Amino acid sequence: MKAILGKKFGVTLVCAALVAGFTCAANAAETVKLAFIGPLTGSNSAHGLGGRNSAELAVKLHNAKPDSKYKFELTSLDDECKPNVGVQVATRAAADKNIAVIIPHYCSAVAVATVDVYTRFTAPVIVWAAVHPDITYKRKTREMHRVSATLINQNKVAAQFLTGDQKYRRWAAIYDTTDYGKSMFSYFDKFLKETPGQMVGTFGVGADQQDFNAELTKIKELNPEIIYFAGLTPLGIRLLNQMARLGITAQFQGTSGIVGEAFVKGAGELAEGTVAMYDNPPVEKLPRGKFFVTEYAKQKYNETFEAYGPYAFTATTLAMDIIEKVGPDRAKILDALANVKDYDSIVGKITFDDYGQNINPTTTKYVVQDGKWIDWDDSEYKTGKRKLKGR
Amino acid sequence: MDIGFIGQHIWNGVMLGVIYAMVAVGFTLFFGVLDVIKFSHGDVLTLGAFVGLATYLGLQRLDVMSPFAQLIAVLALSIVSMAFLGALIARYLVLPLRNAPPFITLLITLMVGTVIRESIRLFYPNGSNPQAFPKLLPTESWHLGSFTLRVDTLILVVVGVAVILLVHMLVNHTRLGLAIRAVAQDSETARVMGINFRWVVLATFGLGSGLAAIAGLMNGLYYSEVYFGNGTMLAVIGFSAAVIGGLGNIYGAILGGFLFAAIQIATVVVLPLPSAYKDVVAFCVVIVLLAFKPTGLIGEKSSERV
Repeated sequence: MKAILGKKFGVTLVCAALVAGFTCAANAAETVKLAFIGPLTGSNSAHGLGGRNSAELAVKLHNAKPDSKYKFELTSLDDECKPNVGVQVATRAAADKNIAVIIPHYCSAVAVATVDVYTRFTAPVIVWAAVHPDITYKRKTREMHRVSATLINQNKVAAQFLTGDQKYRRWAAIYDTTDYGKSMFSYFDKFLKETPGQMVGTFGVGADQQDFNAELTKIKELNPEIIYFAGLTPLGIRLLNQMARLGITAQFQGTSGIVGEAFVKGAGELAEGTVAMYDNPPVEKLPRGKFFVTEYAKQKYNETFEAYGPYAFTATTLAMDIIEKVGPDRAKILDALANVKDYDSIVGKITFDDYGQNINPTTTKYVVQDGKWIDWDDSEYKTGKRKLKGR
Repeated sequence: MDIGFIGQHIWNGVMLGVIYAMVAVGFTLFFGVLDVIKFSHGDVLTLGAFVGLATYLGLQRLDVMSPFAQLIAVLALSIVSMAFLGALIARYLVLPLRNAPPFITLLITLMVGTVIRESIRLFYPNGSNPQAFPKLLPTESWHLGSFTLRVDTLILVVVGVAVILLVHMLVNHTRLGLAIRAVAQDSETARVMGINFRWVVLATFGLGSGLAAIAGLMNGLYYSEVYFGNGTMLAVIGFSAAVIGGLGNIYGAILGGFLFAAIQIATVVVLPLPSAYKDVVAFCVVIVLLAFKPTGLIGEKSSERV
């Protein structure tokens, strides 16, 4: 009997020692999971894939550091830019307690729909792209944070610049009837009312509508100097094609939703002279942006990082830096996120206000010149060598 | 409103109507001959456009740069392959189920459509995204006051109307058409009279699917874009158009197609609603029309179909 007991005790001891050993080994490089969510398929996938690659790059660079406490693993989920799919994948990520931080959404319509999911599961969230104000500002939450700007400022700058510097007066607007398009349009319309500009016609269209000939013919009749478009890339390309077919010569103005290579690639020559506002100067012009551009190029991804790639990189890096400091515990991460102030990133300093919104947007005016989005101030349009339509 | 703008709206409606009518004629042909509703029609249309796009890209690789040669090859390959696919669907999926309840055929074709659609999405490179469709037609514009006419739109409308007329002639003035009409009227008697029933059905499905391919290519050329989901909405609209016109009647399908386009455009032009509601309004009108004329505007007075 004694012998048996002794044997058992011995086995237990060995087990305990083994378990402890394993735990120690695991502690040496514990793996922490992060989730990236964006449109990886569907018509906005160029942006989603660019964001995913950028987030992946951030993880790779971090894991390559010899002195980091944690190894990170990125799970990428596809929201297809559809609110119903977004809620499903958001629930999947938020319910998985092994996922420390979620970095979600390019499309505002999806992000607005998923806020409740994240708060219900108290999951730390850093939004990488979606710009609708309600995502952070509709109510105060502990969970929601956003490194990209809200769409408010870009519309203010657009209204002031185009009525002031460029002296446009007569606008027609086409917006998609998702939360994104409607919100964009309402802010632009609000800021335009504070200027001498005037809105002569507005058209809310379906987000996947194909034919705009009826709307555009009506716009042609209203004869605006400039057409404001609030929607995403695929719709923007369709509009430009159909405007050309109808011989509409008004200036085309977009929002941050069309900034990116996918738009100029899709619209080809028709994109020339398109104006849009975006939340940051070109990334290569920023102090630490060059580093990102070179590292991204080294990875030889099939897709470019697109407009919001630098933000996806920033959100992921911020999440990892915080976990390095406080560990992968969701509650501690949320406490640390609440105190992010002047965090140095490739898109400039990040400071979250009480709502988790980064308050350092540097809205920049962009114009398409020779198939590229260029900072207005560096363009031939600024120098007067080229002119916007009707100027 | 300036006459030029009225003209422009009408012209937009004509173009849209031609595409809808072509889809509707396909539905009506299938229904007329075999009393089946082939719900894969819209996806065959999409596949036709994608075959055209793939042909174009293949020719580019082979350095065939002449737009005319490209256009001919795109048209030929797309139409022939879709006609063949249509006949295949009829031979192996529709004909064997001839004596089964009609909803089985409807379900089977619906599933075939889904398989086609999802296959494009999954197997065409980058298939989830809209694909730029090449501009194979001249794009010069003529301006007549406020009316702008682009040469490619004109060609598309002319070709579309010509194709619909050709189908009409084929059905009404050829031996094949006679056989189709005979089968439509009474397939048993037609068989007794020596008409090869199976061959007529296959020919009709081939014809309808070839039409779908043309509609798909026209859609691609007009919007300079194709998308794996293109066919879904077009099929619903085409089917509704065929039904409000009177399912089984070619004139009805044409009328229905143009009527649907007219309602959509009138909604945007006349009603003070956001134009996103145009489909809602158009389908409401379909419901109302069907409530008053359940057999369609040109309903079957006699048992004659097609």
